[in-house]
Amino acid sequence: MRDDTGIGGSADRFPETRSSAVLAAQSPDLLERERGLAILVETYWKPAYKYLRLRFGASNEDAKDLTQGFFARAIEKDFFDGYDPARGSFRTYLRTCLDRFAANERKAANRQKRSPGAALLSLDFDGAETELRREPASAERGAEDYFHDEFVRSLLALSIEKLREECLLRGKDLPYRLFERYELDRDGDQTISYDRLAEEFQIPVTQVTNFLAFARREFRRIVLEKLREITANDREFREEARSLLGVSS
Amino acid sequence: MRWLSNATVAHLRRVAEWPDLGATKYRLLGELGRGGMGTVYLAEDVMLERRVALKVVATSAPAPEAAARMLREARILAGLEHPGIVPVHDAGALPDGRVFYAMKRVDGQRLDALAPTLPLPERLRIFRRICEAVAFAHARGVIHRDLKPENVMVGPFGEVLVMDWGVAKILSEPPPATGEGAAASGGGAAARPGGGVATAEGTVVGTADYMAPEQAEGAVERTGPPADIFALGGVLAFLLRPEGAAPRPLSAAVRKARATLPEDRYASAGELAADVTRYLEGQRVLAHAEGPLERAGRVFTRYRAAILLILGYLLVRTLLILFAGHP
Repeated sequence: MRDDTGIGGSADRFPETRSSAVLAAQSPDLLERERGLAILVETYWKPAYKYLRLRFGASNEDAKDLTQGFFARAIEKDFFDGYDPARGSFRTYLRTCLDRFAANERKAANRQKRSPGAALLSLDFDGAETELRREPASAERGAEDYFHDEFVRSLLALSIEKLREECLLRGKDLPYRLFERYELDRDGDQTISYDRLAEEFQIPVTQVTNFLAFARREFRRIVLEKLREITANDREFREEARSLLGVSS
Repeated sequence: MRWLSNATVAHLRRVAEWPDLGATKYRLLGELGRGGMGTVYLAEDVMLERRVALKVVATSAPAPEAAARMLREARILAGLEHPGIVPVHDAGALPDGRVFYAMKRVDGQRLDALAPTLPLPERLRIFRRICEAVAFAHARGVIHRDLKPENVMVGPFGEVLVMDWGVAKILSEPPPATGEGAAASGGGAAARPGGGVATAEGTVVGTADYMAPEQAEGAVERTGPPADIFALGGVLAFLLRPEGAAPRPLSAAVRKARATLPEDRYASAGELAADVTRYLEGQRVLAHAEGPLERAGRVFTRYRAAILLILGYLLVRTLLILFAGHP
């Protein structure tokens, strides 16, 4: 039993609303398995593609084939069934699988083409290439750190997309637009003032702060939900949450 | 899907960490600073229409220990009502479960940034105010254990506030069982059934440059008010740095405050402050054994106006006598 206190509420303060996609990907239930794999591919394909470009110096065409091949093989051959949460994070496991896959492909020097029946995943590689040009990998970051950075970027980008969708669905497009303007349209650390936002959107300053507070709260909820989705258990979830949110100044 | 630059990713990670103030009377306005266990945010108390600083447990901090330590810090501060110690207004748990406390928002600058811009007498007057706040805490059985210029704020009207009591020790609180090794600054808390938290024997808390030897050894039971005196000596040394070669009496005060053995240090923060006051008033600093020339120089400096007046008077009298003596 954990040695928790009642202070600050239950230690289980993180969201429990979604079941783990990692566990779903190992499920015997076909629909559940597909749901889990879809979430994992959505989250990890772009970090994987960029990682292959950096770590193995793969050309864009090679990296495309390797990324497609890796996830197609993972789906066909149940790669992710071998993941044991007790032995480390899923992110590390996936990267290790990716390393092994890419090394084997290279070693054989005859990259295995996807099997005829394998589904071709619809992935926006051109978009990933554009991103690579806009924010090239830093020479100071090792390949593993780079994979983590890109995982964080992917997770946050997916969370923002989800926030946008939910806000539109709930008729909260103004809070989202304020969030986008204040938190995303940034030039480094330059921020726009609340007064200027109020003027721009023709609403009182108090409404600006209220709407922003709402959007930030929702954003935080979505980020934690997504993190919950792509981790296997509570311990891994907490570690990833600390790694993601525990940013030192 | 929207592309995010590195700067935006870094910013969003901070935003995702921001506390959920939805069901509270506070409205988040921004971030003021981060520490190991907590982050301080600028917020508005919408009921009282005033700005406050909210210290919230960091998501990255270990949950039960950090919550207990945060609450303990709030309670310590609430019990230390002094102009030199930041007042606490409120404490509780946020909807996301994190413990927070609200305190006065201190406008001003950290001492480490401000000190180099001030003349020595002003720096010393600030130092005396720090000593007064620490002496007050000691009188109430609380040791700060992390005194350093970074933990002192100086307000626009000269108010001096000792901040960050997160690793403070309450003397009446018995230490828990021996810890399993040393921890980094700010760590080493042990949660207690009643929500209290104290530092285990063998645990090191504080900041290396300002840490007394007994504190650096993790000798929690032996770490008492003299450890704060040692740290105050470090703060005084920091404040003397812009001088290059510091005045000898003040260097002696620093040496005495930072003596290796606790019993060789000043007996209290008040005594240290008194020695600094003596220096400011041109009196003999008790920690310093001054020579005859030094003493003469000090007496001259202290009574310069009176001595010059007397000398002037004597000179005029002499001249008058000389001139009066010759027809």
